[in-house]
Amino acid sequence: MKDNPYKISAYCRIKEQRVSVNGEIILENSGIDFPAFIKSVYKYFDTDYPKFFKMDNLSKLAFMAAEILIKRGKIGLEKNQNIALVFSNRASSLDTDRKHEDSIKDLDRYYPSPAIFVYTLPNICMGEISIRHHLYSENSFFIFDEFNPGYLNDYTHGLLEDGKADKVLCGWVELEEDAYDAFLYMVTKNGPIEHNAEAINRLYKRSWEI
Amino acid sequence: MSKVYLSYNNIVSSFGFDSEAAVDKVKNEVSGLQWVDDPMLLPKPFYTSRIDQEKLQQELTTLGIKGQFTRLEKMMLVSLHKVIKASNVSLTTKVGLIISTTKGNIDLLDEGGQFSKERVYLSVMGKVIHDFFGFKTEPIVVSNACVSGILAVAIAKRFIRQGRFDHVFIVCGDLVTKFIMSGFNSFQALSDEPCRPYCITRSGINIGEVSASILVTNDPDRLAKTSVAILGEGSCNDANHISGPSRTGEGLYQSIRSALHQAKLKANDLDYISGHGTATPFNDEMEAIAFDRLAMNDIPMNSLKGYFGHTLGASGLLETIVGMHSLHQNTLFATKGFQKLGVSKRINVIKETTTRELNTFLKTASGFGGCNTAVIFQSVK
Repeated sequence: MKDNPYKISAYCRIKEQRVSVNGEIILENSGIDFPAFIKSVYKYFDTDYPKFFKMDNLSKLAFMAAEILIKRGKIGLEKNQNIALVFSNRASSLDTDRKHEDSIKDLDRYYPSPAIFVYTLPNICMGEISIRHHLYSENSFFIFDEFNPGYLNDYTHGLLEDGKADKVLCGWVELEEDAYDAFLYMVTKNGPIEHNAEAINRLYKRSWEI
Repeated sequence: MSKVYLSYNNIVSSFGFDSEAAVDKVKNEVSGLQWVDDPMLLPKPFYTSRIDQEKLQQELTTLGIKGQFTRLEKMMLVSLHKVIKASNVSLTTKVGLIISTTKGNIDLLDEGGQFSKERVYLSVMGKVIHDFFGFKTEPIVVSNACVSGILAVAIAKRFIRQGRFDHVFIVCGDLVTKFIMSGFNSFQALSDEPCRPYCITRSGINIGEVSASILVTNDPDRLAKTSVAILGEGSCNDANHISGPSRTGEGLYQSIRSALHQAKLKANDLDYISGHGTATPFNDEMEAIAFDRLAMNDIPMNSLKGYFGHTLGASGLLETIVGMHSLHQNTLFATKGFQKLGVSKRINVIKETTTRELNTFLKTASGFGGCNTAVIFQSVK
C-alpha cells in the first residue's frame, strides 16, 4: 500500500438519544422516541431549515449528523467545495419502504403518496445534504451487513487520489423505527486522526463507548 | 496506471437469457414492452417488459442451479452464473462481488411466503448470491437509485485501481412490483403507451425488469470479444431537488466533464452516447440541456428504454452492455419510439439503426436524490 496522506478531521455520532462530536458528548435526551429526539437535536443546534420537517426519518438522522459535524467539527464550507458523500447502512430505506407498503397493501385502502415513495431509496438522504450545502459532488450509498471500515477506507482513498473530491464525508446511517445509529466522519488532507480501516473502526467503537 | 476493462457480460431479459438475445432484438428494433393488465401490480393496465417465470425456472434447471430463491435472486443467479463460467476466473480473495439494486427483494414485503423476513434486507440477499457462488470477499451492495447500475461500474474500477481486487463481478437487477408501480404511478410518471424518449409526443416512462452481469478486470488476457476499457468516470449531484432533475442539468454536466477530464478526451472524440432517456418530460429536457452545454449536439445518441422499459438499478449496466455490443458490431441502434425531437436543445437522436465505425462511447444515467453518473468507454478490438 502506498503512503497515506489522508486524515480524519472530525467525527460525529448519534445513537440512543445521544449526540457526540470528536468523542465529546454534546447532547443527551433520554426517554423519548426518535421523532421527538431528532426534533430536539434540530432545535438544540439552532437549525433553520423548514425542509427538514418533510424528510423521512433516515434523512433526518443523516441530515442532522452532517449538520452537527459541519457546525461543531469546525469544518469550513467554502463555496463550490467538492465534498463527496459516501454513506452506508444495513437496512437501506426499509423503515420508509414499510410505510409505502402499508399504503398499497390493501386495494380498498390504496393511497400511495409521492412524498413517501421518493424516500424509498437510501441515497435520498445524501441528496438532502447535497441540497442543503450546495454539494455538486459524488454520492455513493453502500449496503453492508455491518459497518465496514475496510471498504469505506479504500473507496474514500480512491476518490481523493483520483481527484474526484477534495474531502469525503463518510460513514454509517442506520435507522429502523426507534433503533438508529449515525456515525459520520470527514476525510481531508489535514487532520489529527489517521485515515485507515483500523483507525476508522477505533473511532466507531470509541465514539459510542464514551 | 494499468487499464481496467469490462469483459464477459450477460443480460437476462424478456428476450432471453444472454446478451446476444437482447442485442439481436434491439438491432432489429423489436420492443419487449407489452400491455399488461394485472391488478396485483397496478389497478390499471400498463406497458412493461417482464421475465417469464416458467422459462426462468427452466433455465435454472438447465444450469443445475438448485435451492430456494426469490424471483430476483433467480434472475441474478442465472445471469451471474453465465458470466463467471464464461470468464473462468477462480473466486480468490482478489475477486470482488458488487450487487446493484434499488429495491432487491421488495416484493417479499407484500407476500413473503416461504422466505424469512430477513430476506428483504439487501445485505441478506447479497449474502445469498455470495454464498451460492462461494465468493471469498464480502459482497458490496450499491443502492443509489437509477444510477446504481452504471455507478457500480465506476465503483468496481476504483476498487481495482486501489489494489483491493483484480477482478470484480457485478450483478444488477430490479423487479416490476406493486411497490414500484404504485410509487411511479403516484408521481404520475407512467406512460399509457410504449415510451418515446426525447420525442415531442413523450408522455412518461414504462418500468421493466432485467438482470445484467459483467466481469470488470485489470487482466488484458481475460477479455471477451465485446470488451471495452474504462477511460473515465464521474458522478455528481444536482444539489437541486430530490425528485426532480435540475433545470440546468448541472450534475449531469459536471459528471460528464469529470469523466472527459479523466479520459483526457474532448466531447467530439466520442462516437456515441447511450443516454438515460426515461421519456419523462423533465428528464429528457434536462439531458438535452446538459449535452448542449457540452457541445455534444451532433454526437449520435439513443435511449434504450423503448426496448426494455426503465429497469431501475439494472438500467445503467444493461445499457452499457448493449453499448459494448454496439461498438463491437459498429452499429448505432435506433431509439425505439422516437419520432420528432421534443426537447429545447438540438441533440442527435438515432432514428434508424445504421452501421458506422465506432470506438468510444459515453454512458450516462440520472436518478432520484439528484444523482448523475457518466462513464466513458473505448473499444479494445
